Amino acid sequence: MFSRRTIAAFLFTVTVALGVSCGKQETATPAGPVWKPSGNEGNVTGVISFTGAVPAPSKLDMSNDSKCEGENFLDDVVVKDGKLQNVFVYVKSGLPQAAFETPTNDVTLDQKGCKYVPRVLGIQTGQPLRIVNSDTTNHNIHPVPKVNREWNESQLAGQGPIIRKFSKPEVMIPVKCNQHSWMMAHIAVLSHPFFAVSDASGAFTIKGLPPGEYEIEAWHERYGAKTAKIKVAEKTDAKADFTFDGSVAYQPGSLKAQPAMMIP
Amino acid sequence: MSEEIQALPQIKKPATFIGKYVFSRDHKIIGLQYFFLALAAALAGTLMSLLIRLRLAWPQERWPLLEMIFPNGFSDGLMKPEFYLAMVTMHGTMMVFMVLSVAPQSAFGNYFLPIQIGAREMVFPRLNMLSFWLTFASFVVLIAALFVAGGAPIGGWTFYPPLSAIASAGPGQGAGADLWLVSIGVFCLAAFLGSINFIVTTLTRRTKGMSLMRMPLTCWGWFTTACISLLAFPVLLVAGLLLFLDRNFGMSFFKPAGLVVTGQVIEGGGGSPLLWQHLFWFFGHPEVYLVIIPVMGVISHVMATFARKPVFGHRAMVTAMLAIGALGFLIWGHHMFVSGMNPRLGLAFSVLTLVIGVPSAVKTFNWLGTLWGARIRFTTPMLFAIGFVSLFVSGGVTGLVLGQMALDMVFHDTYFVTGHFHMVMGVAAVFGIFAATYYWFPKMFGRMMNETMGKLHFWLTFAGVYAIFVPFHLLGIAGHPRRYADTLWFDFLKPLEPLHIFITIAAFVTAAAQLIFAGNFLLSLRKGARAGDNPWEATTLEWTVATPPPMENFAGRLPVVHRGPYEYSTPGAAKDYSMQTESLD
Amino acid sequence: MKICELKLVIHSPLPTPHSPPPLPTLMSRLLAIAIWLTAIVTAGLFAWSKWRLPESVAAHSAMIDHQFKITLAVIGVGFLLAHAALGYVVWRYRAKDGERASPSQGNARVEFILAGCVAVVFIALAITGQRVWARLRLNQAPPGAVQIEAVAQQFVWNFRYPGPDGKFGRTDPRLYRDADNSIGARPGPLGLDPNDPLGKDDIVTPTLVAPANRPISLSLLSKDVIHDFYVPALRMKQDAVPGMKINIHFTATREGRYEIACAELCGQFHHQMRAYLDVKSPRDYEEWLKKNGKQ
Ligand code: HEM
Ligand SMILES: [Cu+2]
Ligand SMILES: [Cu+2]
Repeated sequence: MFSRRTIAAFLFTVTVALGVSCGKQETATPAGPVWKPSGNEGNVTGVISFTGAVPAPSKLDMSNDSKCEGENFLDDVVVKDGKLQNVFVYVKSGLPQAAFETPTNDVTLDQKGCKYVPRVLGIQTGQPLRIVNSDTTNHNIHPVPKVNREWNESQLAGQGPIIRKFSKPEVMIPVKCNQHSWMMAHIAVLSHPFFAVSDASGAFTIKGLPPGEYEIEAWHERYGAKTAKIKVAEKTDAKADFTFDGSVAYQPGSLKAQPAMMIP
Repeated sequence: MSEEIQALPQIKKPATFIGKYVFSRDHKIIGLQYFFLALAAALAGTLMSLLIRLRLAWPQERWPLLEMIFPNGFSDGLMKPEFYLAMVTMHGTMMVFMVLSVAPQSAFGNYFLPIQIGAREMVFPRLNMLSFWLTFASFVVLIAALFVAGGAPIGGWTFYPPLSAIASAGPGQGAGADLWLVSIGVFCLAAFLGSINFIVTTLTRRTKGMSLMRMPLTCWGWFTTACISLLAFPVLLVAGLLLFLDRNFGMSFFKPAGLVVTGQVIEGGGGSPLLWQHLFWFFGHPEVYLVIIPVMGVISHVMATFARKPVFGHRAMVTAMLAIGALGFLIWGHHMFVSGMNPRLGLAFSVLTLVIGVPSAVKTFNWLGTLWGARIRFTTPMLFAIGFVSLFVSGGVTGLVLGQMALDMVFHDTYFVTGHFHMVMGVAAVFGIFAATYYWFPKMFGRMMNETMGKLHFWLTFAGVYAIFVPFHLLGIAGHPRRYADTLWFDFLKPLEPLHIFITIAAFVTAAAQLIFAGNFLLSLRKGARAGDNPWEATTLEWTVATPPPMENFAGRLPVVHRGPYEYSTPGAAKDYSMQTESLD
Repeated sequence: MKICELKLVIHSPLPTPHSPPPLPTLMSRLLAIAIWLTAIVTAGLFAWSKWRLPESVAAHSAMIDHQFKITLAVIGVGFLLAHAALGYVVWRYRAKDGERASPSQGNARVEFILAGCVAVVFIALAITGQRVWARLRLNQAPPGAVQIEAVAQQFVWNFRYPGPDGKFGRTDPRLYRDADNSIGARPGPLGLDPNDPLGKDDIVTPTLVAPANRPISLSLLSKDVIHDFYVPALRMKQDAVPGMKINIHFTATREGRYEIACAELCGQFHHQMRAYLDVKSPRDYEEWLKKNGKQ
């Protein structure tokens, strides 16, 4: 009799323990009918402009790791001829209720010269992210998502690629290397393929959008997000240009820290 | 008198296999269960230490075979630093909790305390069974931490927050750390319940004539340790609970305001990381004594038997044990000299730390005094007992360095500390466990262990542990911080690499030598020479009962004790030993 | 009662005749030699000059080294005496056929005297050790010490200088911006409030630049978990605890570049948390300040 009670106590403990570990597991996103292009889609193109003073490029101090080769200038704001690079543009709302096929080709995030290449990238849920270390030093890749499961993994010099996936849509996930604190990338995870990153001339193209009205958003690491409403007619391209103003840099709110305890 | 004995209620004998060997209430079976649990944990802990050693010796080597076993710990054959730290954490936890807090106290204590004081059972047999199964559950949960997403925690066995309070602070600090906390919480509960049983049994179930001072020193060790456990484990239990609340329920006992981990602001504030350290070490320092005190008891016991001599200064030995147990609660701060604790506070902790060296030194004298004028029989358990004294001295003296704040500032968190505690609590206690195993194996299993294999095991292990852990000190003097996954990054560490390679080779040889023990154990279980009831010609009550002891130990008749525990070589006696049950005439 | 005992004796079969373990002499000799050898080799390794404390450039290190030497001598003597005695009893008191051990139960007088001696030695050590500590840590930095702040984070050290005004500007955790760690960056990794005039001239660098032969007062802080400011060449170690500001001070006596490590487990790259201490001549130091403080 007592043995049954003991078994119960034991099982309870194990269940609690496993519950703790499994509670954090994610469930897969629900699927609707699979979306198929019908041939009457259009593209959205646009250019990101930049006004105001371009911040002077700061030279990062990499002296605590002699294996970080070359020089490294902060490249969060890359402006050429008044056009802004590395702006992430995507369809925020208005898409039909459907599941979009998961691409099997991978998206690469390289670590080169102790810097992420590219700095901003988009990926679909379930699509493989291939992380490469081209440096002779050790990195860790530490995305800090709010919705997806957080992970943190080292990638040593000479180690092959790491393949990871994100299971839920999330814009944006900051990615950091704790060893090289300046390293910073942003990953956008979307359930659909309608996104793009502005290139060196500030231009972007979102391909193959079905006819309809959409809200699209342009996001920049330093200057925040801007949205626009657009309409895609059958087999026609739509245009969406954005302008970011360099004089209103995004400022997070302030946190009141308690005064530090003093020890002589 | 005999009526009184007859009046004792009969304990119902369990009929089924499960009742007899699995959910048994017999203290001897429970002792064996603890013993085998500790052996399993020791195996796991040793394998982990070998993985640690592999990376330290050859940090850039690729181990594709190991990657097949630990797909998450290796990548392209390279051991990841987070896996290294997970192994360090799990090795430390395994060894400190599952091996050293279990084997000397719960395993041998459960088996022999009732017999040595002349009791038929523990006072609370069901509670005893519950303690074991809770400990077992805790072991399972700890192992489970290896297999969750992110792997086992990397915060070290001391589990300092905020690193351990924030899931994003490192791989393994998510589910793995939660499981670690659950495991340790359950373990604390089990140890606490077990200690109640030990204390009450010792105080109320001694047989006629078994005064406190006639108890063997083993019983004193188990009793003192139970008292320490009673006070220390609840503190860790509560601290662990608070940390669990911090992690999962938005509390902030250990997190100050304004923490930013990997660019993310951690909400909460008002907590103190030092609070954990105070709570942890208030448990943690007594913990090292609750490991070593039962071992000290065993060593005195074994030594008296094979020295054929009474223990030198029996009363002083008891006093020293109690003094160490009590003082052990007042010196936790010596782990925190450079933690940010007010530096003035360290003054008191430092003096008390060196003061606790005095009873430890007294014990050492008395072991030497016991051997002085002895007629030593060099059996395997005796070799391990003598080896223990050597290790205890070697590990103890470096405590005098670490107990001084200015020197601790140099050696804190270097391999000097690792060397110190491996010597004085790690392998010294393991030597005690070996001595106890070789000594009581005949009683527990009815057969003798093979002496030749035993001696070979001793020689290799004795040489091996010195070869491993003396160089640890040298690394520490050269400034090598502990919990470092390799020596590649710092110029001042690079010259130390050859020493790491030497240590790793020594560790593998020493670990391989343990196979001799395993082989001896298994072989002797089946083929060993049959042991009589008192093969060592010892005096205490466990040697008066049949081998192996029957259910209820004394076949319904409790023994009556007439003598102290260690009456060897009494002048004029016929034999050179007088059993405690022999009347004085 | 008698019956009960009698039964017990009858119940247990006579003890197996004891066969003492073979080769008692050989074992005793071997073990004694092993104990002595181990002790000598161990003591020798500790005494061997190859395993010394790292070279030091701190003004206070002579004090520490002296205390370490005294302590090593004391524990060395204790260690060797204990092992000499252990080897001796093992050598001398092996089992011999037909001989009995001495029945001595102890000697309280000897015990008290020995314990007293040990207590005196240990407490003397504690007291001398405390004097060293007191001189290091129980006093304030001398006036005129160079004020520097060290702020740790996974797995980087940041150092901040107050600039010509001698005052540190306000910082805010919400403003931390690791992405730009260049010297003039605002808010930079330490979250300098751009609106605080006191912070305008603050200098933040990943290298600790310090003038030689001038007392340095260093305040230790942490952004995330506990770290430990550890400079082997300074004989110095102190935790940097989030939520606390811990002040230490030291004087570096020789110019050069020394490694700063982290000595409190802080995450997977704990073993790579390196920065440099760059000790410059006072002239070079002033020049460095001027060059970097302009922004
Ligand atoms: C085969 C024998 C053993 C070897 C080779 C070994 C090796 C090691 C190594 C290399 C470390 C890491 C040191 C560091 O970086 O801090 C370590 C840590 C540790 N070991 Fe052992 N060890 C052995 C046996 C034991 C035993 C018997 C104990 C029991 C007390 C023990 C307890 C610990 C503890 C508590 C830690 C600290 C873990 C932490 O830092 O959280 N070890 N061991
Ligand atoms: Cu990196
Ligand atoms: Cu650190």
